[in-house]
Amino acid sequence: MVKDQEYLKKTASFCINLAKKLGATDSNVFAMHSISETVNFRNKKLDESSRSDNLGVTLTTYIGKKKSSISSSNLTEDNIKDLIERCIETTKVTPEDEFNSLPDKELLATDIVDLNLYDDDHIENNEKIEYLKEVEEAAFEKKEIINTETGFSENKSNFILANSDGFLNGYKSSTFSASCVAVAKDSNNKMERDYEFTSTCHLQDMLRPNQIGKIAAKKTIQKLDPQKIESEKISIIFDRRISKGVLSVLASAISASSIARGTSFLKNKLNEDIFSSSINIFDKPNMIKGLGSRYFDSEGVKSEELKLVDEGVLKHYLVDTYNGKKLNLRSNGRNDGSSNLFFEKGSISYRDLLKLNQRTLYITETIGHGSNLVTGDYSVGATGFMVENGVFKYPVSEITIAGNFKDIFKNITLADDLEFKYSTNAPTMLIEGMVVAGK
Amino acid sequence: MSDFFNKTDLSRKDAENIISETLNKCDDGELYLENSKSESIVLDDNKIKNSGYSSDLGYGLRAVTGEVIAYSHSNEISKSSLKKSAENLYSTLKSKNGTYNHEIPKTNKKFYKDTNPIEEKSLNSKLEILKEVNSYTRAKSDIVQQVTASFAGEHKSVEIIRSGGEVLTDVRPLIRFNVSVMLEKNGKKETGVYGIGGRQSYDEYLGCDNWKKVCDEAFRIASVNLDSKPAPAGEMKVVLGPGWPAILIHEAIGHGLEGDFNRKKTSAFHNLMGQKVASEGVTIVDDGTLHNRRGSLTIDDEGTPTERTVLIENGILKNFMQDRLNARLMNTRSTGSGRRENYKHVVLPRMRNTMMLNGKYSQEEMIKSVDKGIFAVSFGGGQVDITSGKFVFNCTEAYEIINGKIGSPIKGATLIGDGPSILKEVSLVGNNMMLDPGIGTCGKAGQGVPVGVAQPSILINKMTVGGTQL
Repeated sequence: MVKDQEYLKKTASFCINLAKKLGATDSNVFAMHSISETVNFRNKKLDESSRSDNLGVTLTTYIGKKKSSISSSNLTEDNIKDLIERCIETTKVTPEDEFNSLPDKELLATDIVDLNLYDDDHIENNEKIEYLKEVEEAAFEKKEIINTETGFSENKSNFILANSDGFLNGYKSSTFSASCVAVAKDSNNKMERDYEFTSTCHLQDMLRPNQIGKIAAKKTIQKLDPQKIESEKISIIFDRRISKGVLSVLASAISASSIARGTSFLKNKLNEDIFSSSINIFDKPNMIKGLGSRYFDSEGVKSEELKLVDEGVLKHYLVDTYNGKKLNLRSNGRNDGSSNLFFEKGSISYRDLLKLNQRTLYITETIGHGSNLVTGDYSVGATGFMVENGVFKYPVSEITIAGNFKDIFKNITLADDLEFKYSTNAPTMLIEGMVVAGK
Repeated sequence: MSDFFNKTDLSRKDAENIISETLNKCDDGELYLENSKSESIVLDDNKIKNSGYSSDLGYGLRAVTGEVIAYSHSNEISKSSLKKSAENLYSTLKSKNGTYNHEIPKTNKKFYKDTNPIEEKSLNSKLEILKEVNSYTRAKSDIVQQVTASFAGEHKSVEIIRSGGEVLTDVRPLIRFNVSVMLEKNGKKETGVYGIGGRQSYDEYLGCDNWKKVCDEAFRIASVNLDSKPAPAGEMKVVLGPGWPAILIHEAIGHGLEGDFNRKKTSAFHNLMGQKVASEGVTIVDDGTLHNRRGSLTIDDEGTPTERTVLIENGILKNFMQDRLNARLMNTRSTGSGRRENYKHVVLPRMRNTMMLNGKYSQEEMIKSVDKGIFAVSFGGGQVDITSGKFVFNCTEAYEIINGKIGSPIKGATLIGDGPSILKEVSLVGNNMMLDPGIGTCGKAGQGVPVGVAQPSILINKMTVGGTQL
């Protein structure tokens, strides 16, 4: 069982009180405990079981406008005391920064509406094993599948956030997830790999095991015998696995810290068109059972629902207290970035999107870290399929796709197939005008 | 060295008893104890942004039988907690039956000193250097828009207790100093990043105004990129510079030669042992024994002394990198490559310092031989799909080559290639081998570990460059 609120409150209050006694003018503490249990299977046999028990505390102390922090997993009173003393000493010698402060009191979260983020259900390892057996049996129904690796993980966590202005709140959350990675071999002994997974707050909402196995096998087999294509400018479709990444880039580029440091390609773009006028983007922290849901951010500031992009116009940055003060903006509870971030769905069906162009490259996987947030330049390795007249023709691999996000954002057409599988979600996405490098 | 049994109700004797009972019918396993202290000091936007200190203590109890691993970790070192972990392991392995392998090689060698870099240099003097770094770099030009400089220091004590009470210990210092510069000219912004580090005190790296060289290099890379033009798209010849570009070797073939992927037959290399996988003249080793290097270890995280493992010799595949589990299942010995990020993670076979050794050609000869291609000097991150063998990495400093001469700098582009075939495309190996500056972190299965790379300049006949110019 994860430690209860009383234990964590006691630890947090001990830190706040001791920091004050030792000379901190303000302080902020985060105390957490999590337990996760995972079982991994491989080729229908048990491969690994692991249990993880994590306890930790992070404390930030302020002396006027000076600030420093410590963290530890060793919560014995002696150790905490040593560390807080060290933290205060470090704070004293750290130079002042006029923007250092706790959040404004009136922005702190007060009333909390239950979002159903915790499921008390516990699934024993032998039940996890039964689930994984079904996953693998479904995957191995296809003869091309030569290897499977599957895993089932249950995670429960609890935390308390406290600060010297009297904020003291926290909550439990849970995640249940399962995945299947399949490997298939073609007649030339060349292998391909793909996967499927499910991750939810509540046990009962997980995908059925045979669905996971079937989808992983199907996606893997589709990739066999890939071709490398010629370099060309071609319209591209991002599968939902990839299209959500466009939102992750947006979220990083509009974080108050990137804006304040001047290192974002979206600096000074507030209230300007950055997408075409059909695009609306929301960040909604208060979704029931949402994978990115939260009541407040890691400073205790209430996270409100934001319409980040309204008919193509950027309306908000993601603002935390420190960078907010620098930019003269109020924190909107985004110290930890976006919450449940998503594009409003488009008006065209998936099938029609595939047919919009005579030839389209459909991307299912990208590799590499090719997004430059300073310039907006984008270049990554990719695999996918050539689609002709709406029909998947053959798999494609060992190519790169490249462009610049400033152009990509303005050339997006969205399908109507939005689903909430991750914390950041996007429908299938067509992008015009990117360059593919191949042969 | 940490005393893990001080201030707890768990005595060393208790721990030894629980370990021996738990591992009695297992093939292998150990109790891994870790006490790590780390600091992070960051200057950004003209201010000290962060001065953080972290103290992490915990254990991981591991039992291995056949192919099955059972693992349980906690940061509460106590009798009840360790017993709970032991029960958890037993519940997974109760139906299995193994024979404990007591053999483990010993070493007296040490590849780094037992220093604590965090305590050796006062916080004040570190803050002073960061301020100097900031003013020095900003004074270089008025196009400097942003400077970020950071210190990261770590001191990690590790103790491994095996069944029967055998104890192996190691104390590992590690530091890194990093500078990032953003320049802006005529509305165009570019960044340059450079860093240094390894398993010694800060002063070994910063002394004699060495920090200025790091600032100069970060500034130089950003300046080059300000003048860059869009990169070409398509297949062409690629000359890689010496040193850090060896992350190509790390991604393209290093991961594919790790024991676990080959035992599981998911690596594109699993059936190529003893076969020609690279051009003649290509020799690649993975070496954990280089003094003070970021990827070096006196013993790995299972207690095995590290070594210099020849992976590819003159083009022929000779060895995989092994931990104890995969070595046992593949009927070979551990190469001292069993590593974990920390006590929260199971051991996996990993790289240490991966190096392509010298050939006989000069870099000038290589560049002269290219009609149309690119010269890649520095890279950001890379990634590989072990199964298909496809890998990528991102250029952070590169130039076009036209008619045997180095031309304009080109924008950061991704290069993509196929691991098993790329080494056959290496046509010339240089005579200028260099180690990287000590900044690499390798990620696998959610675990990051410090690694090193090295290579001379090499010429690759054909790779796809992911630019935008058709």
